[in-house]
Amino acid sequence: ASRVMVASRNYGDFASEASFEIKKCDLHRLEEGPSTTAVMTREEGLHYYKTMQTIRRMELKSDQLYKQKIIRGFCHLYDGQEACCVGIEAAIKPTDHVITAYRAHGFTFTRGVPVREILAELTGRKGGCAKGKGGSMHMYTKNFYGGNGIVGAQVPLGAGIALACKYFGKNEVCLALYGDGAANQGQIFETYNMAALWKLPCIFICENNRYGMGTSVERAAASTDYYKRGYFIPGLRVDGMDILCVREAVKFAADYCRAGKGPLVMELQTYRYHGHSMSDPGISYRTREEIQEVRSKSDPITLLKDRMVNNNLASVEELKEIDVAVRKEIEEAAQFATTDPEPPLEELGNHIYFNEPPFEVRGPNQWIKYKSV
Amino acid sequence: AAAVSQVTVRDALNQALDEELERDERVFLLGEEVAQYDGAYKISRGLWKKYGDKRVIDTPISEMGFAGIAVGAAMVWLRPVCEFMTFNFSMQAIDQVINSAAKTCYMSAGSIAVPIVFRGPNGASAGVAAQHSQCFAAWYGHCPGLKVVSPWSSEDAKGLLKASIRDDNPVVMLENELLYGVPFEMSEQAQSKEFVIPIGKAKVERQGTHVTLVSHSRPVGHCLEAATVLAKEGVECEVINLRSIRPMDIETVEASVVKTNHLVTVEGGWPQFGVGAEICARIMEGPAFNYLDAPAVRVTGADVPMPYAKILEDNCIPQVKDIVFAVKKALNI
Repeated sequence: ASRVMVASRNYGDFASEASFEIKKCDLHRLEEGPSTTAVMTREEGLHYYKTMQTIRRMELKSDQLYKQKIIRGFCHLYDGQEACCVGIEAAIKPTDHVITAYRAHGFTFTRGVPVREILAELTGRKGGCAKGKGGSMHMYTKNFYGGNGIVGAQVPLGAGIALACKYFGKNEVCLALYGDGAANQGQIFETYNMAALWKLPCIFICENNRYGMGTSVERAAASTDYYKRGYFIPGLRVDGMDILCVREAVKFAADYCRAGKGPLVMELQTYRYHGHSMSDPGISYRTREEIQEVRSKSDPITLLKDRMVNNNLASVEELKEIDVAVRKEIEEAAQFATTDPEPPLEELGNHIYFNEPPFEVRGPNQWIKYKSV
Repeated sequence: AAAVSQVTVRDALNQALDEELERDERVFLLGEEVAQYDGAYKISRGLWKKYGDKRVIDTPISEMGFAGIAVGAAMVWLRPVCEFMTFNFSMQAIDQVINSAAKTCYMSAGSIAVPIVFRGPNGASAGVAAQHSQCFAAWYGHCPGLKVVSPWSSEDAKGLLKASIRDDNPVVMLENELLYGVPFEMSEQAQSKEFVIPIGKAKVERQGTHVTLVSHSRPVGHCLEAATVLAKEGVECEVINLRSIRPMDIETVEASVVKTNHLVTVEGGWPQFGVGAEICARIMEGPAFNYLDAPAVRVTGADVPMPYAKILEDNCIPQVKDIVFAVKKALNI
């Protein structure tokens, strides 16, 4: 952890760690669940705080850039759900694998892509993590397979990655994430079947933010117990607004899968402050009061902050300094994302194929050709 | 291996799979009935016994699911061979083939490769009716990011399957059920373990001077038969076996048209937006157009869903007589 200059308290004044009672998970076909006590060190807490705050501010900056029309097309924001991706990353190893759907900016960051490369991808610049060719829904990095635009398609892909982990005999797991809307996709049930049959080390995680676009869970699903939908696959329902709940549950699930017991289904109960995407104001199918209530009672960053301050793991001033540092970092990243040039036109034809000798790609007419390397 | 032998397409495919499974431990086969049943069409006969559950995997009837699983495995550098019992069933999984496999290298700016092969029988069979007889060459050939191959002979089958498995890109291999049992001559070289045919190159199966016949898959055989019939009347056909739908070797076709001045395309699929339509468009755009003495002629499947009754089915697929007729129309004789 970096040294934080604190105005009125010394580093030595804080506790090095604290123990927290966390909500018990609802269990499906499991005798025991994750621990109801979580230990968090000061270092961990500061890291979680900074990471969640970075994602929060990055998403809000994206909102701003979208309204300025500097970001185009689809933009699905993750603010409110930060505890999910940060809690997950805290529980797994960098060598584990993660795949999610289109609300992916948070995971892109936790899996290692710098903010400036995420924002530059959103603004379609050559410094973007996919050189500007993917956009919001198609960001990738080592052991992170996007960023997928077709609802539900990422789930079989995740099971395939898990199959590869098992095939090579590695002690790695794959976390395949999907939303409450996607949870009704047929291919997910096909995947549950094969993952269970072949005991794939795959953790299926449903981020239930209560709405699939404008459709509430009650209107979409005959059973909203998403953690039970795997039927023959054991499941857990977890408070997705509490980063420690998420972390302990994912640790439990990862241990289970690594032990060769097969897949697990996990439901993280979470909430998104924004609408489905930037074109959805998010208030036609839910009330402002509901959004406000979640913000005031269950905000994941506030929850963590209160825990840290109340247990002497950090001071209010110290966390404020982190806020300032984060804002500065986001501003600089946005500056990069708005000034970096767009990809050169030559890039248009590239990356059709992998490891292929150069060839020509047709443009809008037979005389316009692009080289493809 | 012996010198020239007669090898069926089925055995050639089986050899290719066996050799590639042996050569690279990352290669594995999955699909319905591929393991313990030896393959619905026996293409994978003996492979499960030899390589076991890890390398040859029977899947439940879940095309979208298992195609997605295969693509995911390919993203982590396994090299799956995903069998569709027929390509008609691939329609249920087509999103995984196109959106997850074909486009990923591009969307990720080259950071994720998908070295997968989707293979299985394509197009018309015999008496299997409308839902089991569709040709998908045009559908898959339409999409950038995919490679699409369509073998005719045993050499084609073996060489293209090996090339497809070794290719780091998603390849759709459109086989033909009626060809599986057909024996072809295979040279000693073709029977070797390193025999690979480059994807994207067509083969001139028969030299000729009066007309260019371009085809892929089973109709190549019909073109050669038509060429024999026409030779008796003094018309010498040049028969080109495309072998690859995407990338398509239009240069070989152009060079031939420059020589013969007449073009007839032959395919099993439907005419609208088909392989023949693409060939004609490209010929118009290139140098060969000025060498055409007559408009190009297309011979295709009839523009109807495939009927069952034999007399109807027979008249829905291009027959030798249809090719002969088309050639005579092109040559105005």
